[in-house]
Amino acid sequence: MSTSRANRVLEHRFGRYGGQYVPETLMPALAELELAWTQARDDPSYRSELDLLLRDFVGRPTPLYRARRLSERAGRTIYLKREDLNHTGSHKLNNALGQALLAKRMGKGKIIAETGAGQHGVATATACALLDLDCVIYMGSVDTRRQAPNVQRMELLGARVQPVEAGARTLKEATSAAIRDWVTNVADTHYVIGSVVGPAPYPALVRDLQRVIGDEARAQLLEREGRLPERVVACVGGGSNAVGIFTAFLADTEVQLIGVEAAGDGIDTNRHGAPLTVGGRAGVLHGALSAVMQDEEGQIVEAHSISAGLDYPGTGPQHAHLRDSGRARYEAVTDAQALAAFKALSRLEGIIPALESAHALAWTLARNDGDLDLVCLSGRGDKDLAEVLAQ
Amino acid sequence: MSTVQVSGIERIAAAFAASGKQAALMPYLMGGFPTLADSVGIGRACVAAGADLLELGVPYSDPLADGPVIHEAATNALAAGVSLAGVLEVARELSASVPVVLMCYSNMVLAPGAGLFVERLAQTGAAGLIVPDLPYEEASEVLAACDAHGLALVPLVAPTTPPERLVAIGARARGFLYTVSVVGTTGERAALAERFAEIVAQAKGCTQVPVALGFGISTPEQAAAAARAGADGVIVGSRLVRAAAENDDSAAAVGEVVGELARALAT
Repeated sequence: MSTSRANRVLEHRFGRYGGQYVPETLMPALAELELAWTQARDDPSYRSELDLLLRDFVGRPTPLYRARRLSERAGRTIYLKREDLNHTGSHKLNNALGQALLAKRMGKGKIIAETGAGQHGVATATACALLDLDCVIYMGSVDTRRQAPNVQRMELLGARVQPVEAGARTLKEATSAAIRDWVTNVADTHYVIGSVVGPAPYPALVRDLQRVIGDEARAQLLEREGRLPERVVACVGGGSNAVGIFTAFLADTEVQLIGVEAAGDGIDTNRHGAPLTVGGRAGVLHGALSAVMQDEEGQIVEAHSISAGLDYPGTGPQHAHLRDSGRARYEAVTDAQALAAFKALSRLEGIIPALESAHALAWTLARNDGDLDLVCLSGRGDKDLAEVLAQ
Repeated sequence: MSTVQVSGIERIAAAFAASGKQAALMPYLMGGFPTLADSVGIGRACVAAGADLLELGVPYSDPLADGPVIHEAATNALAAGVSLAGVLEVARELSASVPVVLMCYSNMVLAPGAGLFVERLAQTGAAGLIVPDLPYEEASEVLAACDAHGLALVPLVAPTTPPERLVAIGARARGFLYTVSVVGTTGERAALAERFAEIVAQAKGCTQVPVALGFGISTPEQAAAAARAGADGVIVGSRLVRAAAENDDSAAAVGEVVGELARALAT
């Protein structure tokens, strides 16, 4: 095993975070996945097939939009990276499509995935319909109720939605249920994890598939403004849109990277989803060591956010490392602030953002300094109308 | 225990050697389910009915290796306020009469630091530790801590584990090699005995310690089949946790099932 470790191309650790804390049954599958990805990502036939689909099916490159009225309100220039304009309405399809294509290449005919808000579930169901793969989506039964239209979409796309009744019946339990399914059906099944979380190689694999966001945005901004942004702002649950947009700017040390977590009712309450902001002891959740919400004994505690996609007690290991190293900064925005930003963008720009993305907008709207912010508008907010109107 | 210090690793080895059965019998019980007091009663009933070792589970919020029966028992125990300290007291009570191997997920082991966790466990007199989500690559720190206290860090191998990996894991096994009999989580299954011989033979070929078969074994027939396949030990979990859940006198109910399993393993 020492030779395979020496030959490793994908990161297993980001600083001290990451790793593979999973049942032994899955270890060979993780090694198989790592090998398959290192071969696929350098294979022109995989790359060209994915690039063509990203262009013609997903709609990439997504626009970089200078938000005029929002900029006036903020007193500085704000650019939005319009991931909401992707097919299926969020950045999630970048990853789901790449992984589904990889699964096909690996000869795995069955796909499983977890979803919270339903964005990743819809993206995965879409990719499976396109590529003719069998698809099961695990979703907490609280989320199947509060995101009912997305359940209907997934079923229309041919996926089976499996409600999860354990625990708080939200994203954490849906992820655990998907991992248990994978433990049982690993021979013919690929698990399309939806964020930069999970055991290695997933955080690096999903990063590779989402970095297109930042690669595009950086080039687009240079072309438009002839300069880099002062700050890059993105919401962080598991953190895939944030890693996706941050990656292109990691070497630009003058660019500040801001991850915005869910403060829920407030980070001084127990009802939030902000493990990076709050700090505390690192812990293991869903196969990786990272920032996690846990009690003294190491029991994982439930998160809370108005946004189902940020309602998660863990986060990607690379974010924990970026925080510790000082390269990125993490702050949190409350449900109320996110709701206000949701409404502000709708009225000022005619764009209804996802509640997740509204957290990033709320952060930037609360600043009174700076001259050029690039904000990742990770998804659109149609799915959130019922939730917002009920407030 | 006598004044002569016997390490956990030695106690486990002795229990396998002295089982007097075709294979040693290792029931699993969930600590604090239905209650902490019940757990002590269940453990004693297991010993009275012929158990050679006990596997004691620590309830955890996110048990990725467990099927629905054990998951639900853990959820109920946590809802009732069961803490690690409470389960360690169960381990202390039971360790006086039988080697106890604690099964605990990695985050709870790492939360206080592996060294401190293992020290607390060693102080109960427990014999070993199983961490079902701590594979070979991640286990060095916990293994060193266990070795320092004479506790057996028992690794798992699965039917999916390739041969060269089996050799690496087997060489570093302490106490016994926990050999997962099926691709899947814990839980009762109808028929699975046809692959036992192959799985056990592969495991035995790569380690010096006894090989115990677990996951999915619930009936006396399956236990006997595991022994016939050459397993040195048989682990039964979900069937017993279900017996504890379904009966008012949980200790008697679990003891009865363990008795049936022990008779099936009699020479």
